[in-house]
This record gives sequence, structure tokens and C-alpha cells, in this order.
Amino acid sequence: MSNSCIPSALTSLLLVCFALPATAEPSAARQQELIHLVRQDCGSCHGMTLQGGLGPALLPATLADKPAEGLVATIIGGRPGTPMPPWHRFLAEDEAQWIVAKLMAGFPQ
Amino acid sequence: MKRAVQTLLLGLLALLLAACAGTPLRGTGDLGLVIERASGHVTLVNTSSREAYARIGGLGDLSHASVVYSRDARYAFIFGRDGGLSKVDLLEARIVKRIMQSGNAIGGSISQDGRIVVAQNYTPGGIKAFDAETLELLSEVPAEYAPGRFSKVVGLADVPGNKFAYALFDGGEIWVSDFTDPRRPVTQRYPAGQQPYDGLVTPDGRHYLAGLFGEDGIALLDLWQPERGSRKILEKYGRGEEKLPVYKMPHLRGWSVAAGRAWLPAIGRHEVLVADAATWRETGRVAVKGQPVFVMASPDGRQIWVNFAFPDNGWVQVIDTLSGKVVQTLQPGKAVLHMEFTPRGEAVWLSARDDNRVVIYDTKTFRNLGALAAEAPSGIFFSSRAARIGF
Repeated sequence: MSNSCIPSALTSLLLVCFALPATAEPSAARQQELIHLVRQDCGSCHGMTLQGGLGPALLPATLADKPAEGLVATIIGGRPGTPMPPWHRFLAEDEAQWIVAKLMAGFPQ
Repeated sequence: MKRAVQTLLLGLLALLLAACAGTPLRGTGDLGLVIERASGHVTLVNTSSREAYARIGGLGDLSHASVVYSRDARYAFIFGRDGGLSKVDLLEARIVKRIMQSGNAIGGSISQDGRIVVAQNYTPGGIKAFDAETLELLSEVPAEYAPGRFSKVVGLADVPGNKFAYALFDGGEIWVSDFTDPRRPVTQRYPAGQQPYDGLVTPDGRHYLAGLFGEDGIALLDLWQPERGSRKILEKYGRGEEKLPVYKMPHLRGWSVAAGRAWLPAIGRHEVLVADAATWRETGRVAVKGQPVFVMASPDGRQIWVNFAFPDNGWVQVIDTLSGKVVQTLQPGKAVLHMEFTPRGEAVWLSARDDNRVVIYDTKTFRNLGALAAEAPSGIFFSSRAARIGF
């Protein structure tokens, strides 16, 4: 179990860290939708400016010490015991990775 | 006789002055404002003519902004997400005063006597009281529920006696602060339950309810008999079933009570819960289209209008309180964030964020009465809130 986990985890990490405009990159139109979703709908808890609300801030400084893979997992699967819901119905894993990479770098307007 | 002449002359003088200034006298009872969340603007509106009459900018981050009105219904106090508190004059259509009162705010309320405006804050967690005239800071109550631990504050509502009731999301408590002496508030604490997400006070000011996110149930405090402590109602309404994901937190306010019952959003269930407002026992539930966000009774209590969290936020449903059934399902626009009834409820205004407009419906015929342009509108607040307990 743990043996097979590590390579896939590493792959995800690499995908996030070295996210090049390749296969994982959503189309330009989809990027606009994702930006809107993050600002408006994630924004209901995290704030439209992502400075936090009921949910924590999602700014580069607040996310800097968090592994990207864990953030992707939180988006996809939610965080039980907190109000963070799972978004897998609306987001593919590579889209969540794109969102995390953008959040960590400073999210587009 | 002499007195009457004097009064007449004074009256004429006032009329003359008003005429000179070029601004006809008017009341504010049919005015209100719409928050334009993305651009830090508010649009001032007239609910009689169904028109916008002014637009004001420079109000900071208005995502999740909320508004309360001065006792004379002339001034709007706008609480911004970024901690900004702005006092806007509806008649002169201008910002009278603006302060930054915290780092991250969620709303506010105004006292029974109209003298104190209180803001509720996430960061730093607690409430702050301001002089309604000058916005001078009078006092604050940090939400320190355990040594060194501060909670986000939700559900702030004014209650009779210049008191404010609110709930602590992280602390799991209901607090009631008495501002009889505005500079030295006295606070009582009551257990609520896991993660209260918002609260309301009934229109008579008697019961404070805190909705719980972390468990099935609602905490209830009888403010007429606070010594009896808080208790839980509608416990285990989920019947142990797995919760559906909640993509936006519901909002509670005193509009939830109608026809002798409280109509409340369930958490993680696509239902409106109904409880008898005397015994607080569940009397029913109404299946609806999605996770309810606002469950708002019309002023006469005959209808309940419900909007929903993402991804069902294009729908609005209307429940008839007599039959307890959904009687109308509407699609007013994209991302319907908020609703507000005109003072006596012949019409309801709804904000459709992603359509950049506010849509007006007739509550009797459900006919669309028109729309106003607004940039990413969210909250709609009419001046009739000025006279309501718990706002």
C-alpha cells in the first residue's frame, strides 16, 4: 500500500511543482471558469480576496509551508470535521492542481 | 394664536430653505441599497419607483457585506468583509464616515435605542461597539472562550435592553452582552454546541437560536428566562444519515418565523425544517431543490422564499406556510445570492450575481416586474430593517 502510494504521491507533487503548460493545464476558457469559481464560490468562506473568512486565508504567504499535494487532496475530498466540502463533483484532479499552483503563486483576478 | 402664527412662519421658512437648496423633502421608508460585492460599490434604490437613484463607491471589500439602518432609517451602516464600517446617508447619497474597525468582519447590528452600532468580527474574534453618531469606538468584547483562544463570532443580533446576542463558531457558545453602559458591557455565556454557524432572534426579541454546523440541531436560549440556560431543539434531524456537502453556509435572521412556526435551513440535507415556535418541537420538513441558504418569510408570514447554495443557486422556491408545500419554483437568474421583501411584501427583490442584475417579482402572481442593473449584486437591504428587532 505505502509502496505504491509514494510514487503516485511523488508524481502528483512533481505535476504541481513543475506544472508546465502541458496536458495538465486547463483550456483558457476553463481557466476563466475556475477563476470565477474560486473567487466567487470558494470565496463565500475564504473571502473573494482570499484573505479568509469562516475558512482560512488562501494567500501565497499562508499556503507557503503547506504541501501542494495535501491542498489538492483537501479540495478534491474536503476536510471532515470542518465546513470544507469535497469538490470532486465539479473539479478534476488536474484542475485542482492548477488551482493550488495558482493560489500558491498569487491567484489571478 | 401667536404660537400658531409662529409655527406657520417657521414652517414656511423651512419650506423656503428646502426649495432654495433644491432638494425636496422626502422620507426614507421606501429606500434601500444593493451591495455590489466585487467593486466596492453600493447602488441606492427606491422600492416605490423600482429604480436606482445613486451609486456610491470606495467602500472596500464588500464580499459578504451586510447592512443595518439607523433608527431614523436615514443612515445605512455597511460592514465590509475587510473590517471597514461605513456610514452612508441615503438622502444625500454619500459616505458620511468610514473607519477600518478590524481585519476581517462578518456583519453587525444596532442597539434598541439606536445609539450603538456593534460589529462582529472573525479576526480578531469578538465584537466591537461604536457610537452610531460618530463611529467612535466605545468598547469591545474579545471572544476569548478559553485562555488565549479566540473565536470567530457569528449570528450577532440586537435584543431588547440594549443587549446583543451572538455565537462563537470555534467556542461553541452563545454570548449575550449587555451594553446598558456602552463603555462597560457585561457578558453572559451559554453552551451552544458544535460549530454554531449563524444565529437569529425571533421577531419579538424573546428567543435566540444558533444553527449548528458540527452537529444536527439548533441551540435555543429564552432571553426572557436566561437563567434557565440554553437547550437544543431539532436534535438529530439528520437521523444519522450521511450529510450532503454544503457549498455555502446558510444565513439565519428573524425572518424565519412565520405562521407560528420557525422555518429553518437543514445542514447537509435539502430540506427546510419546521418547528412550532411555542414548543420548539419539529412539526414537519419541506423537501427543496438544494441546500437552503436564505429561508425568508414574507412580512405577512404567508410565504417562505428559499434560495440555495452552489450548484443549485439558480433556483428559488416558494413555500406556502398554510399548506407547508412548495407552490412555486423560479429561475430568476444566475447565482441568486440574496432576497429582500418590500416593507409590506407585495414584491421581492432578488440579486442574480452572475447576471449582473437585481430582479423584482410580484409575490402574489410570481410575475417578473422588472430588473435593475448592478455589478455582481449580493445583499439587498431596505430601510424597513431599521425598525426590526434583531437586525
